[in-house]
Amino acid sequence: MNSPPPEKLLAKGNEAIAMAAIDSGCLLYFGYPITPQSDIPEYLSKHLPTLGGEFIQAESEIASINMLLGASATGARAMTSSSSPGISLMQEGISYMAGSELPCVVVNISRSGPGLGGISPSQGDYFQATRGGGHGDYRMIVLAPSSVQEMYDLTALAFRLADKYRNPALILGDALLGQMKEPLLRRPPEQMTLPPKNWALTGAQHRDPRRLKSLYLQDGELTEHNWKLFRKYEQMKKEEVRYESFLVEDAHLAIVAFGSVSRVSRTAVELARREGMKVGLFRPIGLFPFPERPLHALSQKVKAFLTAELNTGQMVEDVKLSVERDATVHFYGKPPGSLPFPEEILEEIRKTYPKE
Amino acid sequence: MMELVFKRPEALVDVPFHFCPGCHHGIAHRLVAEAIDFFKIRERTIGVASVGCSVFMYDYFNIDVLEAPHGRASAVASGVKRAVKDKIVFTYQGDGDLAAIGIAEVIHTANRGEHITIFFANNTVYGMTGGQMAPTTLLGQKTTTSPYGREFTNDGYPIRMAEMLATLEGTAFVARVAVNNPANLMKTKKAIRRAFQMQMEEIGFSFVEILLSCPTNWGLSALEAHRRVEEEMIPYFPLGVFKERKMADSL
Repeated sequence: MNSPPPEKLLAKGNEAIAMAAIDSGCLLYFGYPITPQSDIPEYLSKHLPTLGGEFIQAESEIASINMLLGASATGARAMTSSSSPGISLMQEGISYMAGSELPCVVVNISRSGPGLGGISPSQGDYFQATRGGGHGDYRMIVLAPSSVQEMYDLTALAFRLADKYRNPALILGDALLGQMKEPLLRRPPEQMTLPPKNWALTGAQHRDPRRLKSLYLQDGELTEHNWKLFRKYEQMKKEEVRYESFLVEDAHLAIVAFGSVSRVSRTAVELARREGMKVGLFRPIGLFPFPERPLHALSQKVKAFLTAELNTGQMVEDVKLSVERDATVHFYGKPPGSLPFPEEILEEIRKTYPKE
Repeated sequence: MMELVFKRPEALVDVPFHFCPGCHHGIAHRLVAEAIDFFKIRERTIGVASVGCSVFMYDYFNIDVLEAPHGRASAVASGVKRAVKDKIVFTYQGDGDLAAIGIAEVIHTANRGEHITIFFANNTVYGMTGGQMAPTTLLGQKTTTSPYGREFTNDGYPIRMAEMLATLEGTAFVARVAVNNPANLMKTKKAIRRAFQMQMEEIGFSFVEILLSCPTNWGLSALEAHRRVEEEMIPYFPLGVFKERKMADSL
């Protein structure tokens, strides 16, 4: 690991991700320029060569993800980053990596769509991120930071979880989180006891040859492989539940929001409290696995939820699945273009706040 | 006392090939395996399989093998090589894989001068999916998706990959060979060795296009297929070494 001593910096979210990669021992990066994440390849193209690492500016996101696949197969930590249209191009490779059980970190500093869309913050990639994204029945570990510090901490965590589960892990951010500057405590990432990479391709010296593949043609083989992957996702659901709650203890209404919208929502909660409304915030940090159980537990306390998203309604489906029918779930969506002001969310709170 | 003069290369697993009777893939596999044995690099070689009939190389080569998505083998191999520079990395790709869906990846891999070796199996047809038209399908050739014969007005022309890649500054060794007769086979053996040597001596990117027969999808007997390689393929895809760098580019 190349962990420097802890230092306090003022850093951009994208730079924090690049720093976390280096501090996690990821010295291999493959990527293609796209706004609003290009600070990541720019930072790494400057720093990786001096650390003995490799930086390749690929000819496309398709090439990037496949270089990542190759590097990961050797057991090395490796990363790529992109933004929504580029992440769409990577889905084939991500599916192969999930199928071949290869760990990697993919960063999506998402932009708005569909199509070329725009470069403003958006949460329109929630479905793509949490439902696998590519072909076949698989999931990625998905972490959603809401600050520059979390861009750093969750990227470091993503490397550990990817290795723990032999599975791709995705950081889902947006232009706001990638471009803004905040104080960052750059500290050596936590250590975790990880399984040995006794599957890595390093040349068949003094051992039998190893194969990494996702093609299973023998009768029953693919069924068993899919069940194996399923059990892994079930284990993630048990062990990797991450969320933060703010003022929910006495709340009648809880906002559910992630990433940049959770920051605006937090301000809206404070404004609502000043008006005497008992409002809290539930912020999923992991989007897959989704914090279903804690949210269900909260539904036994609050009367209603207000899901706020920068799209026309995606995470709200997971919120509804989590609370089942034990509380009313409202939705406030803002399609990409601009972030909501706290007052806009406050107005929704006033509309949806449960009447006594 | 009998002397052993011919045996299975150590780099091949002792299982029967699944390839159709008369198919040249098995010969090409064996020649690659012989070269791995010759240089004694079996324990530090990583193979990248592509999609098509060639995907099953993971069952045949007695080395570490990784399966790449369709067309992406050269990008995958680039990632492997950058991560473990002391290993020998090669891909084995068919013409649909490399010259159609994967042409961007192979051009840029060659242009970066990645220190890997690519074996390009050109049999002018998509084998595994049932004989559809490939980028290398010859003009007039009937396939399941060019039932009236390939026409340049609709389908364009067969691509000469070796010549195209030889124009790139990034390539160190580019050759086209065939295995349809013993003389050509010996030249193939030499070219494959030279290609691995380029990588081992860190001279640069090496590419060997091997013309193969596909009797099943050509609708020909094994012997007729041999003849087609000679009479129809080689005139359009001439054999030879198109590029051979003597030393690595240095700053």
